[in-house]
Amino acid sequence: MRAFLILEDGTVFEGMRIGAAKEAVSEIVFNTSMAGYPEVLTDPSYAGQAVCMTYPLIGNYGVCREDMESTRPWTDGLIVRELSRKGSNFRRDVDLGQFLEEHDVPGIAGIDTRALTKILREKGTMNGMITTNEEYSLEQILPRLRAYTTGKVVEKVTCGQKYVRKGSGEGKGAGKKIALLDLGAKENIARSLAKRGCDVAVYPAWTKAEEILADNPDGIMLSNGPGDPKECTAIIKEIRKLYETDLPIFAICLGHQLMALATGADTFKMKYGHRGGNHPVKDLRTGRVYISSQNHGYVVDMDKLDPNVAVPAFINVNDGTNEGLAYTDKKIFTVQFHPEACPGPQDSAYLFDQFIDMLNGCKEREKDAKKS
Amino acid sequence: MPKNPNVKKVLVIGSGPIVIGQAAEFDYAGTQACRSLKEEGIEVILVNSNPATIMTDRDIADKVYIEPLTEKVLEQIIEKEKPDSVLPTLGGQAGLNLGMELDESGFLKKHNVILLGTTAKTIKKAEDRLEFKETMEKIGEPCAASLVVESVEDGVEFAGKIGYPVVLRPAYTLGGSGGGIAHNRMELEEILENGLRLSRVGQVLVERCIAGWKEIEYEVMRDSAGNCITVCNMENIDPVGVHTGDSIVVAPSQTLMDKEYQMLRSAALNIIDELEITGGCNVQFALHPESFEYCVIEVNPRVSRSSALASKATGYPIAKVAAKIALGYTLDEIKNAITGKTYASFEPTLDYCVVKIPRLPFDKFITAKRTLTTQMKATGEVMSICTSFEGALMKAIRSLEQHVDCLLSYDFSDLLAEELLDRMKKVDDQRIYVIAEALRKGISYDEIHDITKIDNWFIDKLAVIVEMENALQKEPLTIELLKEAKRIEFSDSVIAKLAGRTEEEIRKMRYENGITAVFKMVDTCAAEFEAATPYYYSCFGGENEAVETRPPKKVLVLGSGPIRIGQGIEFDYCSVHATWAFAKAGYETVIVNNNPETVSTDFDIADKLYFEPLTPEDVENIVHIEKPDGAVVQFGGQTAIKLTESLMKMGVPILGTSAENVDAAEDRELFDEILENCGIPRPSGGTVYTAEEAKKVANELGYPVLVRPSYVLGGQGMQIAISDEEVEEFMAIINRIAQDHPILVDKYLQGKEIEVDAVCDGTDILIPGIMEHIERAGVHSGDSISVYPAQSIGEKVKATIAEYTKRLAKALHVIGLINIQFIAVGEEVYVIEVNPRSSRTVPYISKVTGIPIVDLAVQVMMGKTIKELGYEPGLQKESEYVAIKMPVFSFEKIRGAEISLGPEMKSTGECLGIARTFYEALYKAFLGAGVRLPRYRRMIITVKDADKGEAIEIGRRFEKLGYKIYATRSTANALKEAGIKARQVNKIQQESPTVMDLILGHEIDLVIDTPTQGRDKSRDGFLIRRTAIETGVNCLTSLDTARALATSLEHIGEEEKLTLVDVASL
Repeated sequence: MRAFLILEDGTVFEGMRIGAAKEAVSEIVFNTSMAGYPEVLTDPSYAGQAVCMTYPLIGNYGVCREDMESTRPWTDGLIVRELSRKGSNFRRDVDLGQFLEEHDVPGIAGIDTRALTKILREKGTMNGMITTNEEYSLEQILPRLRAYTTGKVVEKVTCGQKYVRKGSGEGKGAGKKIALLDLGAKENIARSLAKRGCDVAVYPAWTKAEEILADNPDGIMLSNGPGDPKECTAIIKEIRKLYETDLPIFAICLGHQLMALATGADTFKMKYGHRGGNHPVKDLRTGRVYISSQNHGYVVDMDKLDPNVAVPAFINVNDGTNEGLAYTDKKIFTVQFHPEACPGPQDSAYLFDQFIDMLNGCKEREKDAKKS
Repeated sequence: MPKNPNVKKVLVIGSGPIVIGQAAEFDYAGTQACRSLKEEGIEVILVNSNPATIMTDRDIADKVYIEPLTEKVLEQIIEKEKPDSVLPTLGGQAGLNLGMELDESGFLKKHNVILLGTTAKTIKKAEDRLEFKETMEKIGEPCAASLVVESVEDGVEFAGKIGYPVVLRPAYTLGGSGGGIAHNRMELEEILENGLRLSRVGQVLVERCIAGWKEIEYEVMRDSAGNCITVCNMENIDPVGVHTGDSIVVAPSQTLMDKEYQMLRSAALNIIDELEITGGCNVQFALHPESFEYCVIEVNPRVSRSSALASKATGYPIAKVAAKIALGYTLDEIKNAITGKTYASFEPTLDYCVVKIPRLPFDKFITAKRTLTTQMKATGEVMSICTSFEGALMKAIRSLEQHVDCLLSYDFSDLLAEELLDRMKKVDDQRIYVIAEALRKGISYDEIHDITKIDNWFIDKLAVIVEMENALQKEPLTIELLKEAKRIEFSDSVIAKLAGRTEEEIRKMRYENGITAVFKMVDTCAAEFEAATPYYYSCFGGENEAVETRPPKKVLVLGSGPIRIGQGIEFDYCSVHATWAFAKAGYETVIVNNNPETVSTDFDIADKLYFEPLTPEDVENIVHIEKPDGAVVQFGGQTAIKLTESLMKMGVPILGTSAENVDAAEDRELFDEILENCGIPRPSGGTVYTAEEAKKVANELGYPVLVRPSYVLGGQGMQIAISDEEVEEFMAIINRIAQDHPILVDKYLQGKEIEVDAVCDGTDILIPGIMEHIERAGVHSGDSISVYPAQSIGEKVKATIAEYTKRLAKALHVIGLINIQFIAVGEEVYVIEVNPRSSRTVPYISKVTGIPIVDLAVQVMMGKTIKELGYEPGLQKESEYVAIKMPVFSFEKIRGAEISLGPEMKSTGECLGIARTFYEALYKAFLGAGVRLPRYRRMIITVKDADKGEAIEIGRRFEKLGYKIYATRSTANALKEAGIKARQVNKIQQESPTVMDLILGHEIDLVIDTPTQGRDKSRDGFLIRRTAIETGVNCLTSLDTARALATSLEHIGEEEKLTLVDVASL
């Protein structure tokens, strides 16, 4: 069946329908990862967006359910050049086309994804619609597209209630209790902590700071998530309260942006964001460069940072934008990129170790304090 | 970290002559690196024995030594030039080994020279089997169970423990030579014995066989600060068991989930970090197809064939970045030249699919085994880029120029399903065609996978192509169907054949319906950033990105495609120089080529690069966009020449010699007429189509005769026949492939073969020099030792040659280059071949005479005259140096190949010896080609009856040199009769010790064996020659070569006393 991708600027791409037979209006973004489409689809940060994969052959290895980063796909749509008719891998549970249908995700294949990417690069991220309606009318559709906003998507993707993920019992984090504020968290954040031995309590995004603190965690983790950080006004207030404590805090992506906003910094929307698995970020303390997994459309404005509150810890080597902050006189560090990878390079997974060291360091210091 | 201020003068080691496993990719890497170093103000001293390279140009390095690559020579260069550092990681395994030797001997330390890039410690950790294994164990990276052995007994014992089959990998050899898979004790003993001998350190790794696992490679970069990135990963379609150089390879990997992809990526970074490599590195993994288990197969701590492929596949210039890293820069300080916006620390991401197919030499070695193993056999490769895998595969197939254009090109339709399954077990270059036929016959993916272990995803893609073949044959050709066929890159000619139409009809239907190729950019970043470099590939469907430019003048340069025997790196040298010459004259330059190993496909050589097959249809697509003012076909070998007619039909003017005149040189009757008009004699002959006609002509001429097809490369299919039977045999071989042109039968003349290259402006000619072949006519010019200036012909013959060259060039209206081969019999000069294009000898003669022939040819094409260019027309003054080009062969890599020299070219590369005297030049040339004699002073002579007289003279000279001579019965008798002390040895079938035992005893320097006629593989001579070659014994099949070697040994200068010649100053 024919399908159409209509952009807010009036551009129309014609292709073939894949996945669910339904219409979707959303923000259109592109991702440059060559592998990892199941992780991309199930990353809650994509809620409110349809993703165009720049790699042209998608679905080659089907979908392995174990690799899902949340319970379901959150993308509003999938845009590919070619959907593989056969997925081949020993862990394949289902072919991608079927997976999309099962989860009611619409998509379009057979379009010039590179041309689309170039439009988004030149004109910036914009809204669009995937439809199979041959009779579409641009006059009616374009105003709708222009009016669309992703809105308060965090509420949509966060967990319904608190739950605990037990640690592996081994590793340097054994016995540590981490409170993870789920702003749309990818599975691998909790998995990465649990693997290192931590018990992870996952809280819905609307949880009050007091409630979290009452559970007496050793450290707090703020997750990734979708949408415009400035929409999350209530959550920002709670994060401010967490900031005021002495607890070690590690934050990723949206969590990183919200901590910045909670402490007086500003964020802005990038022209077309960073989405892919190949971005170099530089650790400003050591000068080392790591290749990171990225997925963000907003970024912390470095010009408006108060060095008394926080200083840049990482920057993006390509465009110089902020990729992480170290909070002055606080045990808080936050990153814009994704050390939990999935998909993407695992080069910065050491940050989880660094966070656990920070927890342990705290304990050491407390012990020292008691002794003295 | 900024540049290291202590590095000011660097010695770069090249890789030497082109052999299988070490080809043009190192010229590409070396050239790129040298340019990168010079950009940084570094003084570059270059040493490489290969004159056909671009890296040995005076524009590339400050000082250029085309000298043998031996430790002694390098020491001398270091003493003379006093560089502060040596860069050994650009010259392949040869360069790396030399760097190691210099370091291990303490020479570098003594002279305060450092190894740049990667330290000796690192090289040892990566290359020494034992240290490598220990290092991997230390960091928890798994290797297949293995043991390094130094004796056959130890190998047998270990294999008994881990079970057969086992893989054998000799340490420090290139292209895996001497390696293989042994399925039983007998095979083990055979391969191991050979491998131990070929290894530089006498070590062979015996390891658990992981054949059938997925073979995945990562190209990684690391800087001195420890920053690491991966440039690209690649998946071999052929699973472990076939050398990656002989595999069909796709980039990026297609069947790996992110978890597998990242697991291996992390492992690769882990390894490069532990080895502390600074620069580029290739890591090969075997991945179990049904678990996360993997093994590290190999690490190459240097640029490699794979890194050249990865560079071209992604646009990321690995060699250039590696050179900057060697100087101390870190990845985040080096700009990505493609985007101009990102940095070298950004990992490339692809939005297309890349397929590489090896170019295997089985069309040259028809008796050789086609089986593919862990020992590389390919001489070159093609790469193609498309938005679909099917498209990339189809484009790559038609880039091969091996009479293939789709999966039907090898016909297996007469095999039954059972037979196909059996045939599929044979791992060879035809396997994908067998699989396609199996799919046509309805054999299931799983059955195919069980035998081949090729992933079902790839099998499914072959099935998509097969389904399209069916649809085109059976269904009406609708616009939709045509669109889909073009999407997966069926060429118009294939569609026409299948749909029963003419190519023109298909073409018309396409244009009428707007189904035309569009061009996309290779930009390293999947369009995330705007790219500054126009590097394009074509596909069907979507938007065209190729920017239309309308400069005042634009030229299309057609490249020479994959490296093959007969069309090597020399033509890339010519294409690149032509491009530079046009650019200098203000032209916008556009290059089309499909060879990822070459300099010409580097993104900054021409103004625009199209990475495309060199077929009329593919070139036409480019012509439509670019609308060039002219095209040059003179520099791209036969590949480009073949496109002449099509280009003219497209309305593209051919710059230089016109198409009719190119034809006139190839068309026998026209050519005869021209020769007659010019008063130039040629050996008499005739044109034929059938064996009957051939025999008739042969008998009229009298045997021996030369039989050959017209319009071919490197004398392909050319043979000397001495009887009707042989004429029949050779005609049958030639006619296995349908001939568009008649076959030539000529009288064979025995005389001196002379060669000239000349530039002609329509009125005057310029001959830089006359070259003389050491081997008599009958040995292909590419396989002959070539001497400049000619030593044994008189002034009169030289004058005749100059005169004939002038007459011919004028008669053929040559504008640009012409190459002519003559035979001089006494004072008589005959013309045997004329090529109105650049030739194999152009780079060599340019370098030794200092006359930039390609540049002059281009200027002449643009209307300049030779006089205007400041040259006196005619034969130029002889150089004070003697330069000798020595052919280099790769026979040991091709099991079953006949090594005897004849009219069909067999060498893969060449090296140069240059010196003030003939003798020193000759010695250097032999040395550069790896002939390092004397060692044991023992030799074997076995010659056919007709050669006995000459053998006596040669035997006497070697005896004088202190050689102990062994000979088979009749040769021994002849030698003894002449008073030479020859020891008779038994023939192979006779009782031991036989000639074979002698060779296998490893104490023989040299075998001189002139073959009896005929191609019977079971003959003694064939076995003797093969055994000699495979055990590393020098084997000569031409008495002229043997005589030259004797001369060289008689005048042996101590290696220490060689004079060094800076070619850049000639």
